[in-house]
Amino acid sequence: MAPASVVIVGAGHGGFQVAASLRQNGFDGGITLIGDEPQLPYQRPPLSKDYLSGKIGLDLLLMRPEAFFADQRIELAMGVAVSEIDRAGKAVVLEGGKRLAYDHLVLATGARNRVPPLPGIELDGVCYLRNLAETETLKARLAAGRNAVVIGAGFIGLEFAAIARAKDIAVHVVELVDRVMARVVCPDTSAYFGQAHQKAGAVFSFGARVERIGGEDGKVTHVVLGDGRSLPADLVLISIGVVPNEELAAAAGLKVENGISVDEQLLTADPNISAIGDCASFPSRHSLRNPVRLEAVQNATDHARCVASRLVGKPYAYEALPWFWSEQGDLRLQIAGLTTGFQQVALRGDYDKGEYSAFCYAGDKLLGIESINKPADHAFARRLLAAGRNVTPEQAVDPGFDLRAAATARG
Amino acid sequence: MPQVTYVSYDGKSTTLDVPLGTSVMQAAVLHGVDGIVAECGGSCMCATCHVYVKDDQLAKLPEMELGEDAMLDGTASPRKPNSRLSCQLVMTPAMDGLVVNMPETQT
Repeated sequence: MAPASVVIVGAGHGGFQVAASLRQNGFDGGITLIGDEPQLPYQRPPLSKDYLSGKIGLDLLLMRPEAFFADQRIELAMGVAVSEIDRAGKAVVLEGGKRLAYDHLVLATGARNRVPPLPGIELDGVCYLRNLAETETLKARLAAGRNAVVIGAGFIGLEFAAIARAKDIAVHVVELVDRVMARVVCPDTSAYFGQAHQKAGAVFSFGARVERIGGEDGKVTHVVLGDGRSLPADLVLISIGVVPNEELAAAAGLKVENGISVDEQLLTADPNISAIGDCASFPSRHSLRNPVRLEAVQNATDHARCVASRLVGKPYAYEALPWFWSEQGDLRLQIAGLTTGFQQVALRGDYDKGEYSAFCYAGDKLLGIESINKPADHAFARRLLAAGRNVTPEQAVDPGFDLRAAATARG
Repeated sequence: MPQVTYVSYDGKSTTLDVPLGTSVMQAAVLHGVDGIVAECGGSCMCATCHVYVKDDQLAKLPEMELGEDAMLDGTASPRKPNSRLSCQLVMTPAMDGLVVNMPETQT
């Protein structure tokens, strides 16, 4: 039986989608969407792309206009933090003490920036790029900046680097390991992107540790590396990843393990509480290692649909194929599947031209495909992997092999 | 201002004024038109803003680029000869009066 009321904590992609999907599925009970930022629910991917570069404004960032929420009878509580879950009383306690009862609670609390314990981290000019407020600050800094130091060469750091270079700001990227995006792509793709950013004028220090952030009068002026080098900076972007917002769940006695632990239906050990998106640690048939926690729009929204469907009495085990994307300058990176744990890579297409796909394997099992400026390959990769089909490394590198046919074959 | 009519899968029709330079997807999302999901925010990455265009209007649309053509192969509802991704349909004066039909599902 459907619950009488659903309370959703977190108004990002996942939280918003639970509310929208519940109504699409004909759910008639109460829905309350609680978010700790003041704005209506908005899309995050453009923040580090078209919004930061100035190509689109706030209106196009919103998930839906305000009227949508009234039409759909979705109660919004924006700019409100939740301080506690009272599981016995089936209620959340809001900051300030107000209680909100639920029949089912969905935790879509997301993740927050990992903040390194560096001397100088509090200086004016140290920036982040995860939410709208941080992006506004960064945008203003970008307009007046000359020298940016980026700490961490992941998606966010590199997307920022591309935009900053396009605005002719000097960019120095400091990365602890020996290549860019090491956590998510194969070495070939790291090498390609590293070179492309260097061509665009970004400077990299690999295997480099930041010692401290230096400043004058409370403002950032430079970054000191472990080897003693000092890099001039009026803007420092911290982009070393995120940590899941799991404290609320942990304090309520729910199991957390790099995220809130849920089963294959995204339910916690409490039958009245689900967790989805960046904050959820779940078993995936697409992963070599389980449980996994993924930071992606696809993951958040597909999780949301799974939970909404269960709440209206149509449960299914979550098994959507994970996919990710990044846009850095002219480069479009699309990843289908989870490649963590790969042992072998087969390259298809023209690597030197920057139009190729990297097929990543563990043994002879295809784990995932990274496509660089090859959207067709990505579209086929998603169908292929979702259907659990394999393509051998020999087939992958063969230009005569018909990937479309393999992906769209019946049966 | 040019207009676009959105017809939902169950036949409900909504007509919007769409400024030049705005995409058919963006206008739909801004006005909360049901049936267009646009999960990636218009980057031609997700194929969840799939629409079917009235056949005799296909020629008025911007040409399809390779990326869109490829992503259309991954739509949740069947691809047809008149399938387009609405994030790639940026309004021009020639597109005034465009009618797009939503597929049964985007995801």
